[in-house]
Amino acid sequence: MTAIHENDIVAPVKTGATLSADERRLRVRTGLSGFLLAAPIWAVLAFFLVGPIVMIVVVSFWGATEFSFYPDFNLENYEFLFGSSVTYTVFLNTFKYAALTWFFTLVIGFAVAYFLAFHVRSQTWQIALFLLCTIPFWTSNIIRMISWIPFLGRNGIANSTLISWGVIDEPLEWLLFSDFAVILAFVHLYTLFMVVPIFNTMLRIDKSLIEAARDAGASGFQILTNVIIPLTKPGIMIGSIFVVTLVMGDFITVRFMSGSQSANVGRLISNDIGLLAYPSASATAVVLLATVLLTIGIMLRFVDIRKEL
Amino acid sequence: MEKRPLSFYALAAVFGLFMLFLYGPTITIAILSFQGPRGGLTFPMNGVSTHWFVDLFEQQAVGDIWGSFGRSFTLGLIVMVTTVVFSVMGGLAFRKRFPGSTLLFYLVITSLIIPSILVSLGVGLIFNRLGLDVHWATSGLGAQLTWTLPFGLLIMFAVFNRFDKSYEEAARDQGASAWQTVRYVVLPIIAPSLIGVALFGFTLSYDEFARTLLTAGSYNTLPLEIFGMTTNVTTPVIYALGTLTTAFSFLIVGAFLTFAILANRRRARRVSDSGDGMV
Repeated sequence: MTAIHENDIVAPVKTGATLSADERRLRVRTGLSGFLLAAPIWAVLAFFLVGPIVMIVVVSFWGATEFSFYPDFNLENYEFLFGSSVTYTVFLNTFKYAALTWFFTLVIGFAVAYFLAFHVRSQTWQIALFLLCTIPFWTSNIIRMISWIPFLGRNGIANSTLISWGVIDEPLEWLLFSDFAVILAFVHLYTLFMVVPIFNTMLRIDKSLIEAARDAGASGFQILTNVIIPLTKPGIMIGSIFVVTLVMGDFITVRFMSGSQSANVGRLISNDIGLLAYPSASATAVVLLATVLLTIGIMLRFVDIRKEL
Repeated sequence: MEKRPLSFYALAAVFGLFMLFLYGPTITIAILSFQGPRGGLTFPMNGVSTHWFVDLFEQQAVGDIWGSFGRSFTLGLIVMVTTVVFSVMGGLAFRKRFPGSTLLFYLVITSLIIPSILVSLGVGLIFNRLGLDVHWATSGLGAQLTWTLPFGLLIMFAVFNRFDKSYEEAARDQGASAWQTVRYVVLPIIAPSLIGVALFGFTLSYDEFARTLLTAGSYNTLPLEIFGMTTNVTTPVIYALGTLTTAFSFLIVGAFLTFAILANRRRARRVSDSGDGMV
């Protein structure tokens, strides 16, 4: 998950005028072979990413009857979307999930990455513990959600433990199928998207900078806030972008963990799809995509990733 | 060795708790999947048995678990091979400046961050308008590639960023053709990283849900089947299934990691051999 900007790996450009004929021919050849090598990815992304986005934008202007939809150009889907108070509540809810998840994954992810990068001394242990953090990423999200049931349920481990400790008398009802459960599941699923990029940037921090800070009389906390955090910013941003986009685009975690009691934009779309209301689903999807891109744009305002890499 | 500061112990505790948080629920359902035949979805254990595992292997009242497992496995392999091949080609391409490389780079990033449901919906709509049937091996495959290719490509970027170009130059100086350089020099050097790309390709596909939801057609993949079960199965059989697929994922990850470690060792040994006969 190392993020690298494309500029890092392509050769510097010479302007066309300074090239000899031979150089120009070579340039055309490498350009062509590069284009051909990238052709499969072009093809996949054109048909399965660009095509679908264009299609969704187009369909968002189409009309719908109860059972089908037809080509048209009207703004009804958007009018309905923006005219409904549900939309605003749901978007607000989506932002709430994103913000809370971002906060918790950042705090936990930073602490874990910091421990791995600065406190674990042997490289073997570092790799082993890092792998331990990443293995769940390669297992099923759905199963990982299901596995919270025995813990959070009405008669689950959390409730029975709290009752046996005498903290509560009645089982807490808000553990499973609630916003609490949704956030918990998000943090559970996505913290590693923070850990990996933050750990990666921390490893690249020159240890002598930290020593220099210590020699200059900085306390541990000052080193953290004045040296480590600023240098870890690109990793934090990449992790934040991952977490925020994953949470904003989610529809399954919210549905499952809230027991269908809470809604986010993704669920709004999937409900429309369930009702075969594709034009309406498309309009919501367009607004969601715009919101996600806008959010990333705002986040990139704070850190220029390209400059910092 | 330097004395450990207090913050070490605090952070070690945080790390330990994080591990518990990460693996605790999985271990819990693994234990609960051995519930007795009359046991429920939560503790206490009502006896210990393999009843629910046996149940999985019998004719299912709901769903088609083994069929969907077969499909997910096949699709995982297809996605894995495609991801490795396309990512290597793409990685090689991005080392040069080619027309549209910046645009393609941004498309790859978009593919990674776009809400999955948009891919699902859009691919479904396109197939619908083209009059094609959605099927896990066509639309499902394409939709999953939009998720696995960015990861594969980013890994290749990282690999080629650290790649020492002098090996290639040496090969070229010895008269190797462009293809020979790739085949006999570049590929063997990057091979261990390809194991990583393959691991991403297979596991991300095997567990993919959101992008496959509207693109798999009438035959479900395993994650879709499991999700279907969550709404109408209220016995520990779902834990048994969860435990089995998680164990399977661990097995796959373990196999890939072992393979990667072995490949690295073999290479390290080979390198240290060089020049031994010169003494």
